[in-house]
Amino acid sequence: MSGTDQKSDCGCKKLAPTEDPSASGISRRNLLLKVGAGLNGIAAALIGVPVLGYVLSSFTKGSRNSWISLGSLDRFPEGETRLAVYRNPITKPWDGDTAEVPCWVRRIDSEKFQVFAINCTHLGCPVRWFQESRLFMCPCHGGAFYEDGSHASGPPPRGLFEYQHKIDSGELKVLGGHLPTLAEPL
Amino acid sequence: MLRSIALWLEERLHLTKLFESTAGHKVPPSTNSWFYVFGSGTLLCFVLQIVTGTCLAFVYVPSTSQAWTSLQYLNNEQFLGWFLRAVHNWGSIFMVAIMSLHLVQTFLFGAYKYPRELTWVSGCVLFLCTLGMAFTGQILRFDQDAYWGLGIGASIMGRVPFMGARLVHLMLAGSTIASETLSRFFSLHVFVVPGMIIALLSLHLRLVLTKGINEYPKPGSVVRKESYATEYEAMVEKTGVPFVPNVIGKDLIFSGFLIVAIVICAFVFGPQGPSGPPNPTLIHTAPKPDFYFLPIYAILALLPAYMETFLLLVAPVFALAILILLPFYSGTGEKSYRRRPIAVLVVLLAVLTAGLLAYLGTFAPWSPHMEAWSGAATPAAYVKGRSALELQGAILIQGKQCRNCHSLGGEGGMRGPALDTVATRLTRDQLIRQVIQGSGNMPAYGKNLRPAEVTALVAFMQTLRPSYQPEARDSTQAVNSTSADAQKSDVLVNR
Repeated sequence: MSGTDQKSDCGCKKLAPTEDPSASGISRRNLLLKVGAGLNGIAAALIGVPVLGYVLSSFTKGSRNSWISLGSLDRFPEGETRLAVYRNPITKPWDGDTAEVPCWVRRIDSEKFQVFAINCTHLGCPVRWFQESRLFMCPCHGGAFYEDGSHASGPPPRGLFEYQHKIDSGELKVLGGHLPTLAEPL
Repeated sequence: MLRSIALWLEERLHLTKLFESTAGHKVPPSTNSWFYVFGSGTLLCFVLQIVTGTCLAFVYVPSTSQAWTSLQYLNNEQFLGWFLRAVHNWGSIFMVAIMSLHLVQTFLFGAYKYPRELTWVSGCVLFLCTLGMAFTGQILRFDQDAYWGLGIGASIMGRVPFMGARLVHLMLAGSTIASETLSRFFSLHVFVVPGMIIALLSLHLRLVLTKGINEYPKPGSVVRKESYATEYEAMVEKTGVPFVPNVIGKDLIFSGFLIVAIVICAFVFGPQGPSGPPNPTLIHTAPKPDFYFLPIYAILALLPAYMETFLLLVAPVFALAILILLPFYSGTGEKSYRRRPIAVLVVLLAVLTAGLLAYLGTFAPWSPHMEAWSGAATPAAYVKGRSALELQGAILIQGKQCRNCHSLGGEGGMRGPALDTVATRLTRDQLIRQVIQGSGNMPAYGKNLRPAEVTALVAFMQTLRPSYQPEARDSTQAVNSTSADAQKSDVLVNR
């Protein structure tokens, strides 16, 4: 190898760091190391940025809510609270049952409704409606809510999450599309 | 022939050198102790989890529409699928348990002190990774508990200030619990976290080799940065014995028993779940985490609301910092637990707290018993000889679902106090006020009960006291001497 180096006229023998570092402090080997490291840095960014973007896409993307029908108004008798189910506005073919979302519909009178998320505001467990005591009770940590969704007892920090709703051509519609949490209520 | 093969391999792989620097490295003879078997036991559990987990992944389908069915298939159709699921489940339980013992042992034996700080730090992170495996594994058993467990996780994330909503989206891989959520947890459980564990484990074992295993601490022999390393090296040089074959015997025996125990548990108790299908519209469910997370589940019911978010988000960070940084503020000095009473107390306190919370978590006294109002009978003694009004009250106690939170005769919820002796604690007026306005943890029933119903309910509750105990009386009335005397004599008569 060294013989080849000596024969070449690129001056590499002179630039070898052990023998004669150049005035600027950049030897050939040093330069190659730096260029190599820089090139790999670029390569890492070329892979790393798309990978991070891919993985974190759900972090940056917001919810896309849309109006969903809960069915005709006749399904909800006045003065009662009934379970209704809708299908997530955005689903994938392999979502299975998880695309179905339950909610509680309270019909106060002919035109007045309240639609509550099933999720307890404490930690998201499914609350159940008890007609006789007119309470929603949570099975996880004993939270309870009055029929209007306000907090009755237990650890929940607030009343039930309430959907925006509207009556459109004889159907009750709610604005949904994400799991309600304290950070992002409905 | 064999000899020539061995020599051929030796020449290429330098096996003797490898053996001398790893399995055959010299250790202090004092480490030949039953207290030093938990690390290898945890490692064995991990290997077992990899083997069984890989086999389960041959069949399991990480899709929200098929996962539950594929688990049923594993349980009922796949040859020995139930057994591998059971071994994987029991392997995880034993892994967390043995790892906890390893943590406690190294803490009590001062193994985290100079110069083994990084061994401790990597071990703590390994412990967290293992808990991460436990949580993600629980999600892969995609049933009702898993579905609502994700909801609980998302609700906790949602409490983070400023970026809560985004973190929820990151965790769920979208805005709802759906197919991508399960895929995400599958990837974490099968690729990401095991990869981290293997990397950290390599570091952990490498450190055990470079810095040597902690000698069995003698009370009074303190660690000093200036002298410890040389003393340790001299001691190993002088008295050290090779780990293999001199010390590994106890590890082998423990590991053998460990595997047998896991297999017996798997055979006797079988696989865990899946419980009901992960259909969110089946709301008649009471989600509960696996036992590792029961203390957290319990504490979330018992904390006052105002400190909940703090304890969920800030306290774990502090607790972890105290644990992980332990060698940096307590890196020298006494190692033996016999001279470290606070360390022993900390362990006892932690074990008692976690144990008590887990115990409470198993039967969740804070949760209403959803079926008690229609399912639990009123004790016959409580209705015998009662007036029509009182009987009406007894019916209302059932019908208005009071028993979901209040027990009678030991049956019913434990959210509120048992009503068996309520008349000895509250007067008629107090009962009426409590029912109508509620207070503490009790909702107000004023809007749901007609006055006549309240009268009947309270009339019944006033009969609920043992014959030998007087009714609660209004102490504000005692200022009137005649009525006070009269009441006093009343009490005496009742006695």
